[in-house]
Amino acid sequence: MSASITEIAALVTSGKKTARQHVEEAIEKARSNASYNALLAIIEDRALKRADEIDTRVQRGERVGILAGVPFIAKDNYLVYGAPTTAASNILEQFQAPVQATVIEKLEAAGAICIGKSNLDAFAHGGSTENSAYGVTLNSHDTTKVAGGSSGGSAVVTALDIVPFALGSDTGGSIRQPASFNGVVGYKPTYGMVSRYGVVAMASSTDCMGCFAQNSEDAAIVMGVIAGRDAKDMTTLPDYFTKATRDARHYRIGLIKETMNDDVDEEVRNATRVYVERLRSAGHTVDEVSLPLAPLALAMYYIIVPAEVSSNLARYDGVRYGRRATGIETLAELYGRSRDEGFMTENKRRIMIGSYVLSSGFFDAYYLQAQKARTLLMHQFDELFENYDMLITPTAPTPAFGIGDNIANPVQMYLSDVMTVPASLAGIPAMSVPAGLSKDGLPIGVQLISKMRADADLLGLAIDMEHLL
Amino acid sequence: MSTITTDDVRHLAQLSSLQLSDDEVENLRVDIANILGYIDQLNTLDTSGVTPTYQVTGLENVWRDDIVQSSGTTREALLDIAPDRDESSVKVPKVL
Repeated sequence: MSASITEIAALVTSGKKTARQHVEEAIEKARSNASYNALLAIIEDRALKRADEIDTRVQRGERVGILAGVPFIAKDNYLVYGAPTTAASNILEQFQAPVQATVIEKLEAAGAICIGKSNLDAFAHGGSTENSAYGVTLNSHDTTKVAGGSSGGSAVVTALDIVPFALGSDTGGSIRQPASFNGVVGYKPTYGMVSRYGVVAMASSTDCMGCFAQNSEDAAIVMGVIAGRDAKDMTTLPDYFTKATRDARHYRIGLIKETMNDDVDEEVRNATRVYVERLRSAGHTVDEVSLPLAPLALAMYYIIVPAEVSSNLARYDGVRYGRRATGIETLAELYGRSRDEGFMTENKRRIMIGSYVLSSGFFDAYYLQAQKARTLLMHQFDELFENYDMLITPTAPTPAFGIGDNIANPVQMYLSDVMTVPASLAGIPAMSVPAGLSKDGLPIGVQLISKMRADADLLGLAIDMEHLL
Repeated sequence: MSTITTDDVRHLAQLSSLQLSDDEVENLRVDIANILGYIDQLNTLDTSGVTPTYQVTGLENVWRDDIVQSSGTTREALLDIAPDRDESSVKVPKVL
């Protein structure tokens, strides 16, 4: 078992091991695992400079912060100094961020050091990290399988123990699903708990910034640092989350039966049942419950999200930043060719589906209908939370699938999000925790979901369950 | 509902400022038809009288003081990342 975040920071703060040593080791490990293609850039110069500054401050006896010298990796849709921010796309190939994301600023203020940028499905569109302009990321447990996505690179670098934590973004499961495919913890907070400022926007009404970690305690520490109201993101909630600690309360937990049907891999269902038994042994009550709209949530998601994507990606026009097509004569051609060359096929699918569901004549039937259905879905969650504190589901219907298996069939690819999108549409916190391995040695995750702003309870339960292992 | 022609795809591409190749048009036609076929199932749900949800937290009118603050970057830095510039302007092909 590797060192926890608290242990790393204690070593640095006490001078027993320098921040420079931690950063150098992490970078070396990143380089020796280059074959996974989990990283798009290593940030060496800036990371070492920051490490030396932290070591100097420690020598002077200054307080450095609770993440002193802790190396981390950010998904390449976070704006970070020291390397390009590509969002794994061609259109942002050389894009050097003129500002940093609020999340990065907060982590740096606490002493953490960003050593690299991780691969993703371009613009976070996908569930496998196969839609990257820079190649596929391989699964940490089986290199013939996908890493999951869209935050596949961050899941893999955490599973390979290159860094103790990595940042992801989760719009419909992009942290939770790859966490389950790689056997690490993945945390999606309540919508608005963490600032979205300086992260490449996908779907503004469900985009959430969160993290991967090797255990829930570390995830809680990271979330405590990055949480909070930000004047640069007016959708952030007033501060309410600072930390989560081991919580031995007994909860009423609902197992959503619609996520345990025959379409779900048998080993995944079994692993979920084993976890449910562990919850019961720990003193929690677990009942089977129904979320009748769960099977329709994916259809809602693939209307609402492409609509928001088509709007958010309108800004990539080849004019003010990003790659511009060459040999063009008119402005319309500049837009059209720059976007055609700069986006991946899945980006184009989502942009065009978005244009379709928002176009006059179809708006009511698709977009408005989906936003009304979302209201009904949220009501069903509210009803469940009248009697239950938490909900549990598998994180994904299968363990990691084979590279190339779903790439030609977008609908099949979308189905890997079927468990995770309901919480995204409702804005409620959800996390994936490891729940064993399949007989082929592939990780399986279960998803724990809680009420709006109940992030501390959710993480507290997960921490308690890890202590009981 | 989801019969999609290549002309529909070209129209959507135009709305989306995407200059697609002919191969892309045909491939995207098939993909878009399949995706619409999947999302069409939402039409089975009765939503009459339901208010749509556009945001989940209920926050409204988040005010800030109307004072000038540093954005953390400069005019020069932003001009510098443009693909083509001429002194203090971003260059584009002739518009008219």
